[in-house]
Amino acid sequence: MSLLAVEDLRVQFVTDDGVVHAVDGISYAVETGTTLGIVGESGSGKTVSSLTTMGLTRGGSTRISGTIQFEGRDLLQASDEELRSIRGNDIAMIFQDPLSSLHPFYKVGTQLVETMLAHRDLSKAAARDRAVELLQLVGIPDPQRRVDQYPHEFSGGMRQRAMIAMALANEPKLLIADEPTTALDVTVQAQILALMQDLQNRLGMAVIIITHDLGVVAEIADEIAVMYAGRIVEHGSTNQIFSAPQHPYTWGLLKSIPRLDVGRSDELVPISGRPPSLINRPSGCFFHPRCPYVRDRHRRVDPRLEPVDGDRGHEVACLLSAAVRGKIWDGLRSGRDAESLRGLAETEQAAAGSVPKAGT
Amino acid sequence: MTATAPPLIEVRNLVKHFPITSGIVLQRQVGAVKAVDDVSFDVRSGETLGLVGETGCGKSTTARLIVRLLEPTSGTVTFEGEDVTGRSGASLKALRREMQMIFQDPYSSLNPRKTVGSIIAEPFVIHGLLSGEGERKRRVQQLMDRVGLNPEHYNRYPHEFSGGQRQRIGVARAIALEPKLLVADEPVSALDVSIQAQVLNLLRELQREMGLTLIFIAHDLSVVRHMCDRVAVMYLGKIAELGDNDALYGFPRHPYTGALLSAVPVPDPETGRRDRQLLSGDVPSPANPPQACRFHTRCPKAQEVCSTEEPLLEDKGTGTVAACHFPLTRDEVTLRLPVALTEPPDVPVAGSERA
Repeated sequence: MSLLAVEDLRVQFVTDDGVVHAVDGISYAVETGTTLGIVGESGSGKTVSSLTTMGLTRGGSTRISGTIQFEGRDLLQASDEELRSIRGNDIAMIFQDPLSSLHPFYKVGTQLVETMLAHRDLSKAAARDRAVELLQLVGIPDPQRRVDQYPHEFSGGMRQRAMIAMALANEPKLLIADEPTTALDVTVQAQILALMQDLQNRLGMAVIIITHDLGVVAEIADEIAVMYAGRIVEHGSTNQIFSAPQHPYTWGLLKSIPRLDVGRSDELVPISGRPPSLINRPSGCFFHPRCPYVRDRHRRVDPRLEPVDGDRGHEVACLLSAAVRGKIWDGLRSGRDAESLRGLAETEQAAAGSVPKAGT
Repeated sequence: MTATAPPLIEVRNLVKHFPITSGIVLQRQVGAVKAVDDVSFDVRSGETLGLVGETGCGKSTTARLIVRLLEPTSGTVTFEGEDVTGRSGASLKALRREMQMIFQDPYSSLNPRKTVGSIIAEPFVIHGLLSGEGERKRRVQQLMDRVGLNPEHYNRYPHEFSGGQRQRIGVARAIALEPKLLVADEPVSALDVSIQAQVLNLLRELQREMGLTLIFIAHDLSVVRHMCDRVAVMYLGKIAELGDNDALYGFPRHPYTGALLSAVPVPDPETGRRDRQLLSGDVPSPANPPQACRFHTRCPKAQEVCSTEEPLLEDKGTGTVAACHFPLTRDEVTLRLPVALTEPPDVPVAGSERA
């Protein structure tokens, strides 16, 4: 049994403008000791799905369905009381902005102690000792002194370390890190990622890391789920996603980011348009308005997340056939542009033959 | 770019200290944040110079000093052979026509109460150009079209646009006066990944078409790699290393450049592998920077002399100038940088450029 198993999770927010389909039927599982990377842009639902795991999206205007099994218990059915005993104890979360997630009026040590006392039967002195220990563990120099300082006396990297210390205070089984390094400089980012990996090895926890940075997931994730418009469009091992990506959106992401190891002469290939509204979503495949390989059928048929033939554990939601996808990716990888490869998608339709033309 | 072209901008010994004061009524200066401390470099006409470094290294301050949004404490900035540091009033206004800026945050750098049309027309109003209403509107719509905005959205307000589109508005405003120099301060760091490439490509196109000189500030080394001809790496108000893009990325000599490149995550599990060099600790406070070499407190190669004698920017024989007593060797670089960076697949490396 997986530590965390999310099945067909849907989260909708009812607003004055309409229903926002923030998360639309996603499923994934995380095993103890492994790291799942969830990649996507703003508004892809990656944060909402994990906030829902923590029970932080509950409220009058939210509609949630599906199941989130944590050690066999459905968190969606759990009472607020039960959730409180799990949150910060079995499942902990690190947020993106460490300055706004730490209380400015309380000392860092006090906030760490509070986290422990909420779940453990400890004396205050013992909790404080443990707080010092934790600050030491996450590499904050001079923890005896630092424990009595306020968040504003910490640098950005140290605040993020303090957040991690707080998340680890009760040795969680699952750590959810939402863009943990986005606000940090690159050398500090490297320190924090190394720290998270080191702690994972020592404590054996499962980690879900949410990020828009493909570089970060390539470094630390075992498995990757790519989200677009509230859905998982591709899911596989890190090697599968980077060596044989299947979804045009994943290709777009990989080709549109500047890379350290690619020289100046290469043009970036942007993904045209912008992410869709989650209130009025496109028909058919949600990615079709931005997809260079769109066919008429894609505007009407909504693809399911299905296994990729001959690549165990790799799933994709795309209407192109596996053979065509393979050819297109080979072309993209050898430097051809999407325009010249569009023909490949057309040959497929010709071969399929029976597909009726709709409209123009 | 030919190396013989005269530099558009020469920065010499530029210094900016921000005073730290104490006391509420009777303020006394108790120290200074040495944001930029004796920086010299040239910007060649038509090139893109990248300024990279971590928070607080002085890259934005340097750019703001060049466009005179800040007054330097000392040092000079020469624009087309003329010292412009002392300019004020009308002559400063004339100078500003030649240099424009694109800001990081497309949300706070556009006035929410003005229509896009009037935001982009603002430079014409300030400089008293294109006085006719119709003429101005036509020009603004041309600009909107040029940067990929729908000219029919002339009367819309900034909140009706997405982040990427807002950044295009900022670009249109900056190129309205056809400046010679464009300073882009983290122009894509607030944008979504799929949108970043659109704005980066736009900047490159405009540069090619208009012959713009670009100073490009970013903390993202991958973006700078993609955009810039030459790159200056800054640390605590000083230039640590400066050189051509390929030279600097292929064989960084300053240990700080090496550490930065080593830290960048590479989106490829295969070629991204390396023996990562982690710097310890944080960047020291610029109010009280370390003596001599400012990097010596975090440098893996630091020795006694680094804390007593300040290294000067010197040609290290591999295409970059670096301020370091003990520059990185080829072996150290090969070990710590992503495989793909030190061994580009299509360029045979046979130790030909060994220092």
